[in-house]
Amino acid sequence: MLGYIVNRILAMIPTLLIISAIIFTLIQLPPGDFLETQIAEMQSQGENVDQEKIDYLRSEYGLDKPMYVQYFTWIFGLVQGDLGYSFEHELPVNEVIGDRITLTIILALAATIFTYVVSFPIGIYTAINQYSIGDYVFSFVGFIGLATPNFLLALILLYFVNLWFGTSIGGLMDEQFIGQPWSYEKALSVLEHLWVPVVVIGTSGTAGMIRRLRANLLDELSKQYVITAKAKGQSPLKILIKYPLRMAINPFIADIGSILPDLLSGAVLVAVVMGLETTGPMLVESLLSQDMYLAGSFLIIEASLVVIGVFVSDLILAAVDPRIRLGGGAVK
Amino acid sequence: MNDLLQVNDLRVAFRLPEGELNAVKGVTFRIPKGKTVSLVGESGSGKSVVSQAIMGILPKVARIAGGKILFADPKTPDQIVDIAQIHPDSRQMRNIRGGRISMVFQEPMTSLSPVHTIGNQICEALELHRSMSSSQSLEMTTDMLRMVGFPDPVRAMQTYPFELSGGLRQRAVIAMALVCHPALLVADEPTTALDVTIQAQILKLIKDLQIELDMSVLMITHDLGVVTNMADEVVVMYHGEIMESGTVEDIFRHASHPYLKALLNAVPRFDMKPGERLKPIREIKQDENNPILKAKRQRRAITDEDPPLLEVKNINKSFSIRKGGLFSKNTEEKVIAVDDISFYVKRGECLGLVGESGCGKTTLSKIIMRALSPDSGSIIFRDQENNPIDVLGLEKSELFDFRERVQFMFQDPYSSLNPRMTVQELIGEPLLIHGMKNAIERRKMVERLMDVVGLAPMHINRYPHSFSGGQRQRIGIARALALQPDLLICDEPVSALDVSIQAQVLNLLKDLKEALGLTYIFISHNLAVIDYVADRIMVMCRGRLVETAPKELLFKNPVHPYTQALVSAVPDPDIDRPLDLHHLISSKASDPALWPTPYTVNEATEMQMFNLGGGHFVRAGKGSDALLMSHLETEGAS
Repeated sequence: MLGYIVNRILAMIPTLLIISAIIFTLIQLPPGDFLETQIAEMQSQGENVDQEKIDYLRSEYGLDKPMYVQYFTWIFGLVQGDLGYSFEHELPVNEVIGDRITLTIILALAATIFTYVVSFPIGIYTAINQYSIGDYVFSFVGFIGLATPNFLLALILLYFVNLWFGTSIGGLMDEQFIGQPWSYEKALSVLEHLWVPVVVIGTSGTAGMIRRLRANLLDELSKQYVITAKAKGQSPLKILIKYPLRMAINPFIADIGSILPDLLSGAVLVAVVMGLETTGPMLVESLLSQDMYLAGSFLIIEASLVVIGVFVSDLILAAVDPRIRLGGGAVK
Repeated sequence: MNDLLQVNDLRVAFRLPEGELNAVKGVTFRIPKGKTVSLVGESGSGKSVVSQAIMGILPKVARIAGGKILFADPKTPDQIVDIAQIHPDSRQMRNIRGGRISMVFQEPMTSLSPVHTIGNQICEALELHRSMSSSQSLEMTTDMLRMVGFPDPVRAMQTYPFELSGGLRQRAVIAMALVCHPALLVADEPTTALDVTIQAQILKLIKDLQIELDMSVLMITHDLGVVTNMADEVVVMYHGEIMESGTVEDIFRHASHPYLKALLNAVPRFDMKPGERLKPIREIKQDENNPILKAKRQRRAITDEDPPLLEVKNINKSFSIRKGGLFSKNTEEKVIAVDDISFYVKRGECLGLVGESGCGKTTLSKIIMRALSPDSGSIIFRDQENNPIDVLGLEKSELFDFRERVQFMFQDPYSSLNPRMTVQELIGEPLLIHGMKNAIERRKMVERLMDVVGLAPMHINRYPHSFSGGQRQRIGIARALALQPDLLICDEPVSALDVSIQAQVLNLLKDLKEALGLTYIFISHNLAVIDYVADRIMVMCRGRLVETAPKELLFKNPVHPYTQALVSAVPDPDIDRPLDLHHLISSKASDPALWPTPYTVNEATEMQMFNLGGGHFVRAGKGSDALLMSHLETEGAS
């Protein structure tokens, strides 16, 4: 097992290196760089552009160097925890995204927990009571949840929340706390605002998970080993938890790898609509303005999350399911 | 009440979309204390439903519509419980289920949870029904595992089902059922999925434990050989009703009911006269004028001078199991699947291939089909004009043409047919692949093929799910026949079927062989079936050919210890010839290292096939002729 873990960690390094190279190339692919975009913008507004200043900036940011030199500079910075410099915000990337990452992670975690907490009981209920009225009702609501675009749901909820609870529209906290250090009041304000985006972001995931858990469980419930357990005289609830649920849960563990990055970037539209200070909107802006270190940092963080997430889910699967054997299998 | 269990006028109904279906219509029988009662019938006769009703594990759509199931637990002698009246999930029923009445299921592969250890699953039963400390329950479970014959019970506690063979898994299931010392064991086809040698061991095990624990057994089976060897009383069911019941003597000596007689006539036996046909309960009817049947009759007559259709020489195949990861060193472990096998098949012959699961039968057939490549060896196939074809050297278009000549029939009629294709598409697919583009012609051909296998051509647009297992297997035959092959490889074609259906399919295969001039390689682990269809039989064990002979010689005079073990383990549906359960050759029989000389396989001796005369060959060590002959003489004398 230990050898397996070490192997997997070692394998992550080349994976991330390749991803970082692809990210860097992709960001550089559109013609021009951040400064040219900036110049074009200034010229269109009729401002004069000082060529000397531009040349100075270009050499300062290292934009005049060959691409591979820029890439390695970036990579060495990354390894040391320096994500580079954001041109647009004129601040180091670490400072620009620090607060946002925290909020994003809080939001993502809350949405994940919401998804699991809501979908598990409902999924189990609908599987056990297949074709009951409750099953039909939850399925109907679930399909609506799957089919409704998140941003639309966001708009609707924002309106009604403001109408009923008087919570101000948008944002993750009241305006007076933005940029302030964390305090009890600030945390309270975040909590007050948090639940709306959590519901919005979590709904489609919840609906999807209910459907899948139901389908998986239905498959397992009719398996012979469930009847064997019943024939032992075990109570229905204990059978359910010990056997079919345990078997049905594998795909959800395998999902961890894809859930993390999804929650981080998938909610861009919602974040824009609701004015959330998360990473999503910033990533879009940075890509538009070719703010390459900022965009690159976001992307590499996300890629790392995928790789780490898959690693974690593999470890959990290997621990939970004895049928998973480490190493290679039989070859034909 | 003297009986342990009485079933009185039991009725079970299924709620189906098209209305209520009465699966069990007023069944009455008893299970005396300490005796074995066998419930016999084909699938769909309601025998499993009865057992589920006794256990209180009927499926959701079923309900007990009437009648009584009276259970007199010897532990509480004054009380008689009517199981039909208790709610199946109630505490009272749960205490009986698993504690006083327990069950062994048919499929050892699926009836254990794959993610829990054997020990955990057996202990669960103990913890539910006995109040004891966990160390005590562990001890009892270990004892139970030793009792059912696990060589190392302490280690077995920690193993997962997928690490065990089918026989050991079934032992684990039996241990689980018996660990609480129930008064009644319900065994639902406990040995159907197992090889004959293992079947004999499991039957012996159940019998021994029955005496040791003083329990009654309800044995549900469609294998009449098992019934005669196990049962004290027999209950015959058909369409949810009891046709006949009585002691095993009565039933088998004076079978009076036509259904039971028909059932007995449908089972292949060793003492069948040459040319005697099985009488299936429902015969297959074909159209006499079917052009397919007629055309093939004009095929060239087969003479003795014809060279063999297929010659297989020195085929070897091993699989390597890779161990190790991305960075660690890979170690390869070789498993020999086929070890230096040579044989031939004459034109128009049926060659039977026998052996237990995992002996390499299927691997060998796949090599002949060119679905797997052997490590070494050669295969020569002869076409209609007796031109030899080097099968292993075939490339692209030649290989494509060769595929028309050899077809395959699969074991599982359920998974071998694509559920999303109609019969027309299934049978027509080989025709389409091999160039019959005209849809009308193809449809005509498919209809004829359906008639050949006795399926109504009007069902041409149906999907496989609307056919029964036997009918599906006939669709498989029709598909294999579509290209008019010379050689048909049948891999356990009837092992998933009921006896009555089995007879039907076997007769069909026999008839088709005559009518179409086909040659078969017939793979099976059922010796009686092989005896019925085959002309010559090969016995395989652990990838090796151990004995081959014309069928008359092989079963009368098996020479190799493994063949002897196989033959003696077959339960015969004749009460005058019970299985010799005391002299059962244990699992040693299939371990080549434990065979007596000159049959022992080890690295020092080179093996070869010895000719015993009359086409009878046995595998033994080189240079052991004298030993072998003396061996045979003493055997002949005794």
